[in-house]
Amino acid sequence: MSDRQLKKVLVLGSGALKIGEAGEFDYSGSQAIKALKDEGISSVLVNPNIATIQTSDFLADQVYFLPVNPFFVEKIIEKERPDGILLGFGGQTALNCGLELEQRCVLKRYDVEVLGTRIQAIRETEDRDLFVRKLKEIGVKVPISSAATCVEEAVAVAREIGYPVMLRVAFALGGLGSGLCATEDEVRERATKALAHSPQLLIEEYLTGWKEIEYEVVRDRFDNCVTVCNMENLDPMGIHTGESIVVAPSQTLTNSEYHLLRKIAIQVIRHLGIVGECNIQYALDPNSQDYRVIEVNARLSRSSALASKATGYPLAFIAAKLAIGHSLTNLRNSITGVTMACFEPALDYVVVKIPRWDLQKFRRVSKKIGSGMKSVGEVMAIGRKFEEALQKALRMLEIGVCGLVGNENLRFTDLETELGEPTPERIFAIPEAIKQGYSIERIHRLCHIDKWFLHKIQNIVSVEQMIRQQAGSFSSRELLLEAKQAGFADRQIANLIDSTESRVRELRYGWGILPCVKQIDTLAAEYPAQTNYLYLTYNGQEDDIAQEPQDAVIVLGSGAYRIGSSVEFDWCSVNTVLTLRKLNYKTIIINYNPETVSTDYNECDKLYFEELSLETVMEIYRKEDPIGVVISMGGQIPNNLAILLHEAGLKVLGTSPLSIDIAENRHKFSQLLDRLAIGQPEWRELVTLQETVSFAHSIGYPVIVRPSYVLSGAAMGVASNDSELVKFLQKATEVSQKHPVVISKFVENAKELEIDAVAHHGELIVSAISEHVENAGVHSGDATLVFPAQRTYIETMRQIRKITERIARSLDINGPFNIQFIAKGNEARVIECNLRASRSFPFVSKILKVNFIEIATRVMMGHEVPKVNELMFGIDYVGVKAPHFSFTRLDGADPTLGVEMTSTGEVACLGDDFEEAFLKALLSVGYQMPVQNILLSTGPVEAKAAFLRCAKILTALNVNLFATKGTADFLRADGIETTVLHWPLENERPNVREYLRKGALDLVINVPKNYQEEELTNDYIIRRQAVDFGIPLITNIQLAQRFVEALGRKKMADLEIKAWNQYQPEIVNSVFNASLVSSIDPVVILSEKVK
Amino acid sequence: MFDSADCLAGSLISVHPWRETIAGLDFCCEDLSSKKMKDSINKGKLVLGDGSVFEGGAFGFLRSVSGEVVFNTGMVGYPEALTDPSYRGQILVLTYPLIGNYGVPRQNFSNNLAVAFESDRIQIAGLIVSESSFNYSHWNAARSLSQWLQEEKVPALTGIDTRALTKYIREKGTMLGKILIGDEDVEFHDPNLDNLVCQVSVQAPLVYSAGSKKVLLVDCGCKNSIIRSLLARDITVTRVPWDYNFLDEEYDGVVISNGPGDPKMCSAVITHVKEVMERNSPIFGICLGHQILALASGADSYKLKFGHRSQNQPCTEVGSKRCYITSQNHGYAIRHETLPEGWSPWFINANDGTNEGIRHKSRPFMSVQFHPEAAPGPVDTNLLFDEFVQML
Repeated sequence: MSDRQLKKVLVLGSGALKIGEAGEFDYSGSQAIKALKDEGISSVLVNPNIATIQTSDFLADQVYFLPVNPFFVEKIIEKERPDGILLGFGGQTALNCGLELEQRCVLKRYDVEVLGTRIQAIRETEDRDLFVRKLKEIGVKVPISSAATCVEEAVAVAREIGYPVMLRVAFALGGLGSGLCATEDEVRERATKALAHSPQLLIEEYLTGWKEIEYEVVRDRFDNCVTVCNMENLDPMGIHTGESIVVAPSQTLTNSEYHLLRKIAIQVIRHLGIVGECNIQYALDPNSQDYRVIEVNARLSRSSALASKATGYPLAFIAAKLAIGHSLTNLRNSITGVTMACFEPALDYVVVKIPRWDLQKFRRVSKKIGSGMKSVGEVMAIGRKFEEALQKALRMLEIGVCGLVGNENLRFTDLETELGEPTPERIFAIPEAIKQGYSIERIHRLCHIDKWFLHKIQNIVSVEQMIRQQAGSFSSRELLLEAKQAGFADRQIANLIDSTESRVRELRYGWGILPCVKQIDTLAAEYPAQTNYLYLTYNGQEDDIAQEPQDAVIVLGSGAYRIGSSVEFDWCSVNTVLTLRKLNYKTIIINYNPETVSTDYNECDKLYFEELSLETVMEIYRKEDPIGVVISMGGQIPNNLAILLHEAGLKVLGTSPLSIDIAENRHKFSQLLDRLAIGQPEWRELVTLQETVSFAHSIGYPVIVRPSYVLSGAAMGVASNDSELVKFLQKATEVSQKHPVVISKFVENAKELEIDAVAHHGELIVSAISEHVENAGVHSGDATLVFPAQRTYIETMRQIRKITERIARSLDINGPFNIQFIAKGNEARVIECNLRASRSFPFVSKILKVNFIEIATRVMMGHEVPKVNELMFGIDYVGVKAPHFSFTRLDGADPTLGVEMTSTGEVACLGDDFEEAFLKALLSVGYQMPVQNILLSTGPVEAKAAFLRCAKILTALNVNLFATKGTADFLRADGIETTVLHWPLENERPNVREYLRKGALDLVINVPKNYQEEELTNDYIIRRQAVDFGIPLITNIQLAQRFVEALGRKKMADLEIKAWNQYQPEIVNSVFNASLVSSIDPVVILSEKVK
Repeated sequence: MFDSADCLAGSLISVHPWRETIAGLDFCCEDLSSKKMKDSINKGKLVLGDGSVFEGGAFGFLRSVSGEVVFNTGMVGYPEALTDPSYRGQILVLTYPLIGNYGVPRQNFSNNLAVAFESDRIQIAGLIVSESSFNYSHWNAARSLSQWLQEEKVPALTGIDTRALTKYIREKGTMLGKILIGDEDVEFHDPNLDNLVCQVSVQAPLVYSAGSKKVLLVDCGCKNSIIRSLLARDITVTRVPWDYNFLDEEYDGVVISNGPGDPKMCSAVITHVKEVMERNSPIFGICLGHQILALASGADSYKLKFGHRSQNQPCTEVGSKRCYITSQNHGYAIRHETLPEGWSPWFINANDGTNEGIRHKSRPFMSVQFHPEAAPGPVDTNLLFDEFVQML
């Protein structure tokens, strides 16, 4: 909105990926920075999320890997003196930080202009009371509601509106803490919890079953307004839009409904004075044209990322341009190149988004979905029939289903409940209900999903039943075509007729049933598109694009973000493409995650927004005839395709799929290690309970248990004795010849280390060894990583390197890989080996300033790359990567660390020493300093003893220590006095519960007594309540020790405000920069494309 | 093995009788009346003037028709579009692939105007879609799209690659075509050679009473929403046949409506409008009415390659930074450079630079190529009616 000449603009990122705030903000932040670059405005980015693309060296001019909070951002402003600040590209985190900076007059003091939507307007959208008042001014309907700031007020309001009511929380990401309350007790409970996180609540009328519709609106400062996309939630009101299956454009709205809501959207946006982008959500009565405006997000959001990908309209890029003063009328539509940005995309396809949940990773979590968000990622599928897009999307989830129907592993015991009180599996319950004779009307009454969608699902069931009749000999070409048009995969059809995927494919090829390539062009073919944003469909008769022979490489992306695979693999994919472009290859990306940068159509020459399955990759390969496929950059999904693609005759670039198969196959890999005389923890694959127990005896408890068939609950566990082992296996799994269980030795009190490396035909080219703060036993994705390793013997490091070299050579590794080690005494043993890029590649690449992916890509393409070793000795600073957990959102989940990964994101910070980097990283994931009141409940006696020294440090720091009985006794014996708080299950005061509830503690250290607590214990209540009341929690003793030691050495003021480029490695760059000089600079590629 | 020729036209028919044959399923909004049709004949094809063929499944009324093939990229509003008289004689291709989702409303009248429709009947000659939704769902729906087409005797094709067809028209220009169903063949016919306006205009004057101000509406194929927009502003509307000599009627202003075909076919209206201009009465032309006003002023019109038919055309207001998203349906346009002295371009299409509106510099004459009455489409330019009403 600026009239002044902007020279430098500060962009706030969103920090770690978390539930409700995920990869979409890497996409939007990256686009904002590109827009600034395009204008020649210098950009400063604050974002501790090191795995993002936005924190690449070729994007922002300055990057600060520091917490996005007012303390740090103020200091950065003081240092950088930007003219403007962008608050709308880093989710709720950035917005909240901006609001606070304004409230503290920081922006005024340093004369920093808020670009785009004014602070006042942001406040009016964030504060429910102001929002409602503002909308009433123009006669726009909002749900009957009232704000409350205390529990009693909430109860009074609820009584006035009448039950049931909806309780919403102001200033919350993704509807945190919101929910339906049917009774006064429920209001009390929910309000108490919510008020711990937020100063304000909103109680509103309950609109269950109303259609939920969203519009993405763009406005410039000249009052031009367009709605870029509308979307309809298949799951109606009552289920958070982030938890809903969403369809774009709306399917069941008439012209008058569509345009009524569009008109109101524009009215509201003008009245609020939004400049840039915003999202507006409606409830629409399914039985009249009555509506309510539910909320407005005055910033880029998950929905806007989805809308961008669904339409091809670069919302974030345009929003940034508008924020710095442009008009919609002088910006062009980058897809057609000739038409302008002031238009509304016309779609000639249908888009289906489905959330990806990972609830099975958590113990005790409620599986119900509702008005709070629990999903960790999403997929988007494109088709020309709803059935086609829906079935594609369901397969994209990679949850072991082959489509909507034809799945063996889904059983419903109570369909009525599943339909009425949904879990992530509800969509699969609908075809089941149809088959069991439920009428569409009855299903609709139970789930409120519009009958149009239910009829489409019924169509899929009908096709399924017809296919089943073809078992034995499939004789109808017509029916096979029908099935493909309805989105059935070859594999799915094979399941239905008891055949194999390849036989169905042969049949299909024989009948000439092939998919067409269609382009997303924003104008439904009215104008030719200049970009290759593509999808496949069987509902077409010709390809949109002519295929010319070219030097193309297909790069497989990461798929949906989920626990264990996230933005880091997008960074890897994007960097692969950038390198390939530097090397003058044509690039083709296949990916289907709308939150990513890799699915920006201008990152590559061709983007297929498609499934990462054997069938789809083969079809694209067949059309494109590329040099080969890169499968090692997108994490486990593409990696799993290696051997299948290889067997199907496709050229897999990099390490041979046969080697990948050895690394992936437990038996083959173990044999290899034995042959190479490399140590590994003992393990065995067993098929009876008897054998399992006796093997556990032979290697000694504790043991790690990995069942291959899981019925419910966590997939992996640790057992410390016979009864735990038996209980675990009997309760949650099946052990049989068909479903063996793997038992391995759990090595206690050992360090865990990992090496990220690239090898060229078996020779190690570059490597980086990181150590975990936590002892072995914490999943590497949940561990705090330190690079370079600080507390590891040189001898261990040498061993790790030797082992790595040996493995690289014997597997003839030709590309990226990662090996995880366990080290005890001076012995390093291998626990896992992945012949692909790993989660920590962006971390070590950015700390070292050596792009491992670039090197790996050059290696895979057969380019010579010089060998560089001993990199870590060249840097005199430390990087620490810390996980971010989203337990707050996962009702009931036990917030402990274990062998299953549970973190949803990560950050990494740099410091001149370990403590500095460590504290910055912890502050970035929500820990707070200074710490005044700590609750200690340090569990097993070894942990109590280990913590003793730390307790003394805390005493010396004058920290108030509170402790549960055992811990207090233990400390008292050593002369450390604490205030004893009674256990939550005791009815005595002072009680832990009340201290947690009133927020009288600012850190809880609770170390579980054993590896897998199953009972509803006092410890569980302490941990859960700490999370529910927003109090930082540490459950690992090593982490607790390092944190206290760091507190003993550093204060907030000691944490330096240094940009990334102020940390320079000494020796490596000269070697690498000389060898990696390229003809095209990535920045040039980007800015050319965005124009 | 991979012969791409195998994946050509003819592989797209997806109307199968099985949809009705599975026992125990609920078909509360199933299009049962089309059952017989689907059992007996379910193939049809579109033949274009240059001989190219697109095969699909037939639905709606089963007969062959010919017309001019045009495409519209709007994503909603098929009941409105199909009843828009400007489509008279045309075979309409809808690029949004799922059509019929919310069914078709019951025919209700308010102020003698069919609610939710733009005229009393389906005006298109035929319809081409990618997928017709045989099951519909909406509180206000009374029948399926297919049933409605049958009632109104309009044939349609489903299972067509409408994107391929649209690209073809975009590249080759609007062309003649015919929907062939069964063995019945028909001749190609260019509707633009007919007096289409005469076919869609009212036969005798009609008065819609509201306020004291009176607007004379020249019906060249007027959409109901134009009348509704005036009535909503308390204007009494006298709707007269296109060639009606209204010069002796009493009125405060004249609206020249939208309509089908070539504006040069409307010489009677052009003559009348010239007279009104002499009298200095306020004039507002919409779509065809815009072209007629321009021709009356002395400017020239021409046929566009494939026209503008969509709900997302950006039009910039000349001399401002404002741009409006407009609904459009026209195959002809005005040449800016032929505008005589005293007139200036008012709106310009931001995508292709064509004229979207003109206004007289000193006298109360204005017209727009797009549809301020919307329906279907965005209502952003509805305020032009306010502007006109203020002139009265």
